[in-house]
Amino acid sequence: MRAAVALAAGVAVLALAISAGGTAVSQQRMAEARSGATFLSPAMRARQDDLTVNPGMLWVENGAEVWLRPAGPEGRSCQSCHGAPTSMAGVATRYPAWDAGTGRLLTLGMRIRSCRVDRQHAAPLEPESNDLLSLEALVAFQSRGQAIRPEIDGPARASFDLGRRLYTMRQGQLDISCAQCHDAAWGQRLRTETISQGQATGYPIYRLEWQGAGSLHRRLRSCAQGVRAEPVAYGSDDHVALELYLAWRARGLPLETPAVRR
Amino acid sequence: MSGDSERGRLIVLSPERGNCTICHLLPGGDPAASGTVGPPLAGTGARHDARWLRDRVADGRSINSDTIMPAYARTDGLNRVAGPFQGRPILTAQEIEDVVAFLLTLKDQP
Repeated sequence: MRAAVALAAGVAVLALAISAGGTAVSQQRMAEARSGATFLSPAMRARQDDLTVNPGMLWVENGAEVWLRPAGPEGRSCQSCHGAPTSMAGVATRYPAWDAGTGRLLTLGMRIRSCRVDRQHAAPLEPESNDLLSLEALVAFQSRGQAIRPEIDGPARASFDLGRRLYTMRQGQLDISCAQCHDAAWGQRLRTETISQGQATGYPIYRLEWQGAGSLHRRLRSCAQGVRAEPVAYGSDDHVALELYLAWRARGLPLETPAVRR
Repeated sequence: MSGDSERGRLIVLSPERGNCTICHLLPGGDPAASGTVGPPLAGTGARHDARWLRDRVADGRSINSDTIMPAYARTDGLNRVAGPFQGRPILTAQEIEDVVAFLLTLKDQP
């Protein structure tokens, strides 16, 4: 890990990149939907809220370096087309989003991967690789504090319906659905762990259990492992549908990237 | 088939086998380290007989279709079971008898 000084410097630069956009979060909705951060101890909550100690900022900071790095035969960086990372303000609040070019729905990570190959003509970024997580963290960080608001109608509707079916489907040898824990039993404990509402508000997240940052897909794999189910394949229709349904569940909550969890 | 309550106790406590305390508090267990999703198990053996307990451990879903408790004997009607677990119940019939024998020893009410 880099020195704290370097992190603080990176934070100072990136703090300027936080969007000043409003967070029109419904208070009524907030009374029902709760970020996983509200289930944390005050000390852990502070680690997320204070960007000078939030370990996920290391990925945001690295993302700012990757953003500027030329890649592919034309030597283009993200910056070459998009300008500064601040141009991404608000973007992550709308993902997964419809891509008219390919005629399919993409998660933010898939969108970045597609840009990398189709626009930069560079080698693909592997799912869960440090560079992909870093770029995703940088882009999502530009929307920190803005309300999550995915589009579920129009071409995304079929995927949304599939996501809802998957979320409520019992699965695995333990035969438990996402909804049974995160809708019906949140607030209860599994041993020492309080079950949260499973609101996907801060990905990529830094988890102590991982000693690093990880994507929502990685988190979904952990849940699948817990109920002894086959996880959704990265980039599959099931994966995107589940992320879309989760984004819709979290609608109105402020995006928290990089979130910190146990 | 008869159950062995001591073997049952070990199955109940084992995270790889019964893993019961992830959701339930056992009498004498640490409340802070036991789950709260299911009811505490103190007095279970006084309130219920072997058949009642066996039915709920083996396939609670056939009694209450909304239950979050896994059906420990079930291998059919499951979705997307991970490879190593396909076609296998969580516990064998003998293990379920052992667990039932252990639960029947929990006579003291909380």
